[in-house]
Amino acid sequence: MSPTLIAQIVILLFVFFMLLNSAAIMVYVERKVAALLQQRFGPYLTGPHGLLQPLADVIKLMFKEELRPKAADAFLFTLAPVISVTAAFAAFAVVPFGASTTFFGLLDHPIPLQVADVNVAVLVIFAITSMGVYGIVLSGWSSNSKYALLGGLRSSAQMISYELSYGMALGAVLLLGNSLSLTELVNGQAGYWFHVIPRWFVFLQPVGFVIFMIAGIAETNRAPFDFPEAEQELVAGYHTEYSSMRFAMFFMAEYINMVTVSAVATDLFLGGWHGPFLPASLGWIWFLVKVGALLFFYVWMRWTLPRYRYDQLMSFGWKVLLPIAALNLLVTAAGVIYFGA
Amino acid sequence: MPDQILFYLLGGLAVVASVLVIGQRNPIHSVLLLIASFAGLSGLYVLLQAPFVAVIQIIIYAGAIMVLFLFVVMLLNVGREDTDVDEQSPVFVHRVSMRVGALLAGLLVVELVWALASAGTLGGVFGPMSQAPPAVTSVRTIGHALFTDYAFAFEVTSILILVAMVGAVVLARREAK
Amino acid sequence: MLFSMNAIVPLACVTAAALAAMVAEAFRTPGERMPIAPLGLIGLVAAGIATVLLWGHGYVSFNVVAGDDFGLFVTGVLVVIGLLTIAFSPATIEREQLPAGEYYALTLFAIAGMILMAQATDLLVIFLALEVLSLSVYVLTGIRRDSRAASEASFKYFLLGAFSSAFFLYGIALTYALTGSTHLDRVGQLIAGHTFGSGAMETFAVGLLAVGFAFKVSAVPFHMWAPDAYEGAPPVVTGFMATGVKAAAFAAFVRVFMSAFGPLSAIWVPVLWGLAVATMILGTVVGVMQTNVKRLLAYSSIAHAGYLLVGMVSANAVGRAAVLFYLLAYGVTNVGAFGVLALLESKDRPNDELRDLAGLWNVRPGLAALMTVFLLSLGGFPPLAGFIGKWFIFTAAIQSGYYGLAIIGVLTSVVSVFFYLRIVVMMYMTEPEPGRAPLSAPIVPRLAGAALGLATIVVFYLGILPTQLIDLATQSVARIF
Repeated sequence: MSPTLIAQIVILLFVFFMLLNSAAIMVYVERKVAALLQQRFGPYLTGPHGLLQPLADVIKLMFKEELRPKAADAFLFTLAPVISVTAAFAAFAVVPFGASTTFFGLLDHPIPLQVADVNVAVLVIFAITSMGVYGIVLSGWSSNSKYALLGGLRSSAQMISYELSYGMALGAVLLLGNSLSLTELVNGQAGYWFHVIPRWFVFLQPVGFVIFMIAGIAETNRAPFDFPEAEQELVAGYHTEYSSMRFAMFFMAEYINMVTVSAVATDLFLGGWHGPFLPASLGWIWFLVKVGALLFFYVWMRWTLPRYRYDQLMSFGWKVLLPIAALNLLVTAAGVIYFGA
Repeated sequence: MPDQILFYLLGGLAVVASVLVIGQRNPIHSVLLLIASFAGLSGLYVLLQAPFVAVIQIIIYAGAIMVLFLFVVMLLNVGREDTDVDEQSPVFVHRVSMRVGALLAGLLVVELVWALASAGTLGGVFGPMSQAPPAVTSVRTIGHALFTDYAFAFEVTSILILVAMVGAVVLARREAK
Repeated sequence: MLFSMNAIVPLACVTAAALAAMVAEAFRTPGERMPIAPLGLIGLVAAGIATVLLWGHGYVSFNVVAGDDFGLFVTGVLVVIGLLTIAFSPATIEREQLPAGEYYALTLFAIAGMILMAQATDLLVIFLALEVLSLSVYVLTGIRRDSRAASEASFKYFLLGAFSSAFFLYGIALTYALTGSTHLDRVGQLIAGHTFGSGAMETFAVGLLAVGFAFKVSAVPFHMWAPDAYEGAPPVVTGFMATGVKAAAFAAFVRVFMSAFGPLSAIWVPVLWGLAVATMILGTVVGVMQTNVKRLLAYSSIAHAGYLLVGMVSANAVGRAAVLFYLLAYGVTNVGAFGVLALLESKDRPNDELRDLAGLWNVRPGLAALMTVFLLSLGGFPPLAGFIGKWFIFTAAIQSGYYGLAIIGVLTSVVSVFFYLRIVVMMYMTEPEPGRAPLSAPIVPRLAGAALGLATIVVFYLGILPTQLIDLATQSVARIF
């Protein structure tokens, strides 16, 4: 086996375990931040500062009984969480998280820090996340329960509505970066304007960034857009009938999707692994910091904003967000033509 | 060689899934099989060195259109298509129409095999394989082609979509009274 | 080849009018009545003027839209059909409370699609044009949303139409696989450069395209949708789709088969021969049995598709010119006939059963007389347009040695006279049934009256002084094929 191949396998395993762990970490962070915002303690009994709480949760979920409604469509009921979690993991495969490296000179030529370098990476992420909706829709349908069905319906309508704005915000960045490869897009953001302001696309695309984040929250079904699982109306929405590890898979998919959206936003708008003070080889630290900040923002939003009403969500998506996104794309295109790429 | 195996696998997936689409009694299963068929097609595009088309196929068809299909099927709560209805029609009509359909299907298969068998020799006539333009790999190439050679067709497509939108609104709009 | 935008000017005029109709609708306050029809008329007149100015220049735009005389002749026919249709429309819209802006926009988009279909020289563009016009017409068919019959008609038309589009598209795909091009000229060159016998691929390509076209022109056995769609749609729309769709589809049919697949005529002539015979016979025989005027005219239009196919099978210059002339004669006549039906419709009653027409002569002698003219023209009586059209077509068939086709054509025409005359007899010589409320005297709006007058004049003009138009038709096919 060539060293390059080994390095790639290492990267793959690293990404996989990081994603797995990120779900656990995010559960803990979410509970702690929520407690902070609500002036509570949060989990503090299991381990120091409650740090072992996620582990306890996992053990609990594993030993729960797997339930399945009698009238459920057995095959699809089992398939749905698998689709969700697979899509969540797969989307991260094309996200680069650091500059190309030779691993301290172990390799002859540098390889990019990502699982797979695809020249249409942005679209691949888009395609895979759009597959993720099937997990939710199918779980809603196959459970044969009205709450689950309504949750699935809401989710599909919501994701389709926001996918358009999401795509248009992406499009504007692609115009600026003149590429579909995430690595090239990130490298387009290296350097500074006037030696002070980093050349991040967020400064050229503030509107696009805001749209991207809002649509990203809607795409991942997070509060204040968490209608598919609005507990007051739908019990637990699409995963009402799920228990044990199948439920855990949905849970994991949700957090991994958050991580992916944050990572993509970092690569597209926040300059990826570029940042001051650190050498390029340690750029991945900047990447982690930025992703962490975005994730904190996610959690912060959830515990700050109340849930919208469903019709508000729809009219906001179609009548406010989409026109702004389209306008933003037009203005960007005109700007690119006028100023040159 | 691995390419060929992949080709037959993906092609087989697309064809088998398409056939199963019409064989299902449950519309949700039909929709899912159609998605599987699209996935097969998308894989074929990748084999043809057209990753952009492959990804677009997934985003547009599997990601957007089929979700809408699923949405409508679920919203209308279309149940299983049961056989009672078929059995109500006169047995003679039922049987005859089914057999004629089966015969036609068989005929189509034979003709397609014949057509494809003769296609091999035709490839030599025009040599499209050798003279074909270089594979459309990059998004740039596609964009260039769309806005030069196919600019007019592109514009007509936009009119087509506009018409479809107007039509859908006309037929589906609830009158405000 | 001169690059210019000139060839798409008629198309652009109509599209602009359609967009203007939509914009006008956007500015309309609820309840306000806005004259949108004139916008459409202006656009169509502009397109007509452009067509006349472009005549003989042979511009080509974007390499795929030909402004040759063949395309322009059909464009002219379509403009006339469009003008008549729009002139008949306001009464229907008013009565049925249809959404005016959308109605005119869709009608104009459909005309734009038809014009493009007549002018396009690339299979891909022909397909797009076909879809533009089909989608518009599907919706127009079902535009009376509270009517179950209309919804059913629209749905049937849509399903079968989508099916036929798939055939068409598959035909294009095979043509591309065969030649590596979708441009008609290139396809024609490549096919002409090689002698084909009965290769499967080209047989399939031609066959699938033929099926696609046969659906659109409602040739037997692909006519199933026509009677239901014609009956369910408002009469104005029926007249429009019976003529406009047919004209556009036949234009593309002739262009594709004569120019690109001309060398393969050994394959498609027998197929079209069979289609023509089946279409003429079935359209006529089933038409005799109808009691609903709209269904009857639907079968009559199926039969007319058969006569047009005879012109194609003849595959000579006269045949092509005859198809063009026939499209004009048939188009104007049929739109006129449906226009009269549209005026007879009342809010509570469609008045489209045969017996509803009883005693029309006593109520509205003018409408009865005009209807008679149109029906006799459809039946092929001299000195009306239909007679010259049929005579021209059968001449072409005889010149090419298709005596059988000519004889079947003449025989079916004679039979068809029976059902046209049945309507005439009903209007003049029958008293209304005692139990049925008599036909109320409809109001004829000025615009519709003018359109009927125009149609009548054209029908007589083509019947009495056809030479000029025949020359034009002959001239327009001479230059391209």
